Amino acid sequence: MSTSTPVQSAAGVRIAGLRKAYGENEVLKGIDLDVAPGEVVCLIGPSGSGKSTLLRCINLLETPNAGVIEVGGFTATDPEVNIDALRRRVGMVFQQFNLFPHLTVLRNCTVSQVKVLKRPKAEAEAIALRHLEAVGLGHLAHRFPGELSGGQQQRVAIARALSMDPELMLFDEPTSALDPETVGDVLAIMRKLAQDGMTMVVVTHEMGFAREVADRVVFMDGGVVVEQGAAAEVIGNPSQPRTQDFLRRVLDPTHVGLEAE
Amino acid sequence: MSMTARQRSLTIKAIQLIVLVVAVAALVLATNWGKVGKTFFNFGEVAPMFPDVILVGMRNTVLYTLGAFAFGLVLGLILALMRRSEFGPYRWIATAFIEFFRGVPALLVMLVVGFGVPMAFEVKWPLWVNVILALGLVSSAYIAETLRAGLQAVPKGQLEAARSLGMPQWRAMITIVIPQAFKIVLPPLTNEIILLTKDSSLVYVLGVMATQYEMTKFANDGINQYNAGITPLVVGGLLYLVLTLPLTALSRWFERTTQATSRAPKRATEAAKKEEVAA
Repeated sequence: MSTSTPVQSAAGVRIAGLRKAYGENEVLKGIDLDVAPGEVVCLIGPSGSGKSTLLRCINLLETPNAGVIEVGGFTATDPEVNIDALRRRVGMVFQQFNLFPHLTVLRNCTVSQVKVLKRPKAEAEAIALRHLEAVGLGHLAHRFPGELSGGQQQRVAIARALSMDPELMLFDEPTSALDPETVGDVLAIMRKLAQDGMTMVVVTHEMGFAREVADRVVFMDGGVVVEQGAAAEVIGNPSQPRTQDFLRRVLDPTHVGLEAE
Repeated sequence: MSMTARQRSLTIKAIQLIVLVVAVAALVLATNWGKVGKTFFNFGEVAPMFPDVILVGMRNTVLYTLGAFAFGLVLGLILALMRRSEFGPYRWIATAFIEFFRGVPALLVMLVVGFGVPMAFEVKWPLWVNVILALGLVSSAYIAETLRAGLQAVPKGQLEAARSLGMPQWRAMITIVIPQAFKIVLPPLTNEIILLTKDSSLVYVLGVMATQYEMTKFANDGINQYNAGITPLVVGGLLYLVLTLPLTALSRWFERTTQATSRAPKRATEAAKKEEVAA
């Protein structure tokens, strides 16, 4: 991890009154959340709390039913919004990596630069290689994703997103599908990215990471924000019973009769 | 006497093989080869079929088949995408089209297109256009269903990842989803082109000229031309194998080489399963 560059322009996010329902089932019940440029926010909460849906609303993988989302002054919820232009500015990292299995690692990182940003191939490859080297995988550029371990694939996925020069990065449980011994590499890259000044919204179960890296931790349950604040506050000294209960289960998975996710 | 499970299984397989060999041998011995040879394998008599059965017959078979397959592939892809559209009328039109052309005999389509279309629109184009049109319509219906299954088999996350990188829907489909879908449906597509190869024999209903003969027409006419029973049909059959066997081999080879490079990430599939269970 040698040569990552400080983020040029980090965007902030403003979310107000956000609602999302699937039929009768309301998943987000009016979310207000502001993220400052360069801020790192971790979303935590039990499964089904709506944190992934919230994240996916920010780049419109889910269409909100009501409310406002602004990304760097771009109103995502405007019906006339150019979705693709918005998404170009927002990087997304998925739990399942979602690398393109029919393309090499390098092509994974260049395909959208070339097809969407219209960068010349040589320039796109130089940018991709820089990001691949930054995640320690420059030597695997010509392999196919299927030949890589989960942790390596997730690092490629991060390099792929960064190759588009995003102003905001969204992480949807980026380490949940990984073997325990590869989690650390991915978290280290995310930590570095945070230090470089990237705006990051991270859905995670890694409390250690949240405590160390997040500027703010947001605890969600039942489609609402229950509690938010400095990481040390929310994780170390939660004020809400629901937060206390969740953290007890996550931090002590052997807790009687309950199973951690 | 006691056998291990492995020995028992080997013994059973050996007995099965012996029964099979004995049965085949019995059939071969019971056959009246003199008569059969004269009717089916009288190759000397039908030598004059060559080289035209290759130069004209096989050439036309390949032309009709490839043309129809190319047309069927393009139309089939459009139909498959229409069937997955969020716009209702697209879905309904595609479904009606597919059900119709899958349901009626190819022979009928050939007749209607071959005679009806030139009549209706007062056009006079070469026969091969009608053939490719007719066979392509029929095969597009099958190909559409095959491709639809292939598109569905590409994980949803692939489209989401492509869209998240700023690709518009059409670009994500063309660059990311469709190439993966094609890999998945390669075996059934090979099947489809083999079926088409044989369906191209239906051209005869349109009344073809000598230069438009394909292999079956050649073989059929040969029955009257030569005093060799149905040997000409056997020759035709063998020539179909000459076309289809390399095709199958090619598809197998392609499958193997692409599988080597794009194995689904094991860890990811496991986790995906877990997620499914949870949901």
